[in-house]
Amino acid sequence: MITLESISKVFHPGTVNENLAMDNVSLKVNPGDFITIVGSNGAGKTTLFNLISGSLFPSTGKVSIHDKDMTRIPEYRRAKFIGRIFQDPTLGTAANMSLEDNMVICSKKGFKGIKMSLNASKRKFFQEELKPLEMGLENRLKDNVGLLSGGQRQALTLLMTVLSRPDLLLLDEHTAALDPRNAQIVLDLTQQFITDYNLTAMMITHNMKHAIDYGNRLLMMDKGHIILDVSGEEKKRLTVDALVKKFHEIKKEEYATDEDLLVT
Amino acid sequence: MIEGIIVDGLIFSILALGVFISFRILDFPDLTVDGSFATGAAIVAICIINGLGIFIGIVLAFIGGAIAGVVTATIHNKLKVPNLLSGILVMTMLYSINIRILGGRANIALLRVDTIFTKVITLGGSIPREYALLLFMIIFVMVIKVLIDLFFRTDLGITMGALGNNEQMITTNGVNPETMKVIGLGLSNGLVALSGALLGQYQGFADAKLGQGMIVEGLAAVMLGEFLLRSNKIFYITLRVVLGAILYKGLMFFGRYYGYYINMTPSDLKMITSILVIVSLVIAKSQDSAGQRRKEQK
Ligand SMILES: Nc1ncnc2c1ncn2[C@@H]1O[C@H](COP(=O)(O)OP(=O)(O)OP(=O)(O)O)[C@@H](O)[C@H]1O
Ligand SMILES: [Mg+2]
Repeated sequence: MITLESISKVFHPGTVNENLAMDNVSLKVNPGDFITIVGSNGAGKTTLFNLISGSLFPSTGKVSIHDKDMTRIPEYRRAKFIGRIFQDPTLGTAANMSLEDNMVICSKKGFKGIKMSLNASKRKFFQEELKPLEMGLENRLKDNVGLLSGGQRQALTLLMTVLSRPDLLLLDEHTAALDPRNAQIVLDLTQQFITDYNLTAMMITHNMKHAIDYGNRLLMMDKGHIILDVSGEEKKRLTVDALVKKFHEIKKEEYATDEDLLVT
Repeated sequence: MIEGIIVDGLIFSILALGVFISFRILDFPDLTVDGSFATGAAIVAICIINGLGIFIGIVLAFIGGAIAGVVTATIHNKLKVPNLLSGILVMTMLYSINIRILGGRANIALLRVDTIFTKVITLGGSIPREYALLLFMIIFVMVIKVLIDLFFRTDLGITMGALGNNEQMITTNGVNPETMKVIGLGLSNGLVALSGALLGQYQGFADAKLGQGMIVEGLAAVMLGEFLLRSNKIFYITLRVVLGAILYKGLMFFGRYYGYYINMTPSDLKMITSILVIVSLVIAKSQDSAGQRRKEQK
């Protein structure tokens, strides 16, 4: 349902800083996929998300969502289909607004009109939604979000993001800024929401174990390429060691071909 | 005397509400205000003098200000001009436009014509004129305040409320931040022009440069208000803007009348206003970092 065709992205073209951050990448995300993405710093993982969500436009190539060409459609219009969570917990919520106001903004995607949807039944609904987080947030609807801890904020962001049941959930190291306990809580919630609501998701992580434990498909990126794409049984059989080995193998292969090139 | 200060403050509070929307809600330091304030006064003056009526004049003043705000937002959005510069450009354009509105003159007097305030005084009958004006302005500002409160309770208003806080969040939720800025700056400058329209009638003249320095004064009122009341509820937030505006006018009054004891002249007031804003910024900043530390210690 989401396809990237031969996507390339060049930053600062024609300058000394020219940087090919995405090199002819093609990818088809199938409905129901839960894809984990690993790769070293600067591999292009976030850039991939930026290209999918529309906060960046590709230099060449085509992005389609539900078979519709979205290559030049701005981020806010693609947001109808896409829910995105960042590493920084402060990016998902408005700190100096109350919980309930934050939730109003997220409960429906798209332009909001002059209507007052925040009423008693809506509050009740928000409270019901907040209960499963088991953080007591259902009693704090009027508190400013800025008063919450990082873990609470990220859990809230996750909840608010799935409130609109996006067709694709993009998670960019969304637990990396949290302590291990909170990271685990948010990760468990992520899994739970994805299963319960049948979401399609992509999750960037630097934790190889998480990449293996979660999801049905794993991508490894390097220097703007997807260098590994495994799914199904093959993914299930992956171990951290095997993954690390694979990474080095591919790196070495690349090295070898480079040497070959030098020789010839 | 005190009634006069409060009436002055109430007229000014409508501008402060506009400045509050651009600076606080949208996080858009909008300098259009210095021009659109005078635009409001100019439009209403010309409407009254040409017999279009006071009410139509006030409505057109609001619309005129709103258009100025929309132009600023559009220049910023579409031409990617930084927000400060967009405001300065429109403000400068408005100096010329205001003189055109005034029929090629730099100012116009509203003598021997009915204004909203002469009407109020007549309507008040035996009520002393300063009380009639005070009562009218309290009701007028109340209505404006309640309308603004209601707007910021709507889904659109709530979303706009998040813009200055977290633009990424707005985008992630499928709302175009550019549209929000157009609506917000339109509303903001509409209010500013409305305030100008009232002041013009209150003073009995409209001047193309009526708005000079108003942006800083509005900001000072907003910041003073923030020291008076702490809340995240829109009811109190707009209330404190109004109270801040009245307090500001009170302070300025005392500065003007008692300042000579410390060798201060009325022309020093603008400097005092700016210093007031700077001090408020410093205090707010130190409170902010103190709060941050408290949170981190927990
Ligand atoms: N907006 C931008 N302007 C210029 N260069 C950019 C921009 N965004 C990313 N890059 C460059 O593109 C490359 C890929 O960056 P990206 O952020 O996608 O890496 P990443 O895989 O997410 O890394 P990390 O694990 O550190 O988050 C890097 O070389 C980076 O410097
Ligand atoms: Mg990244």
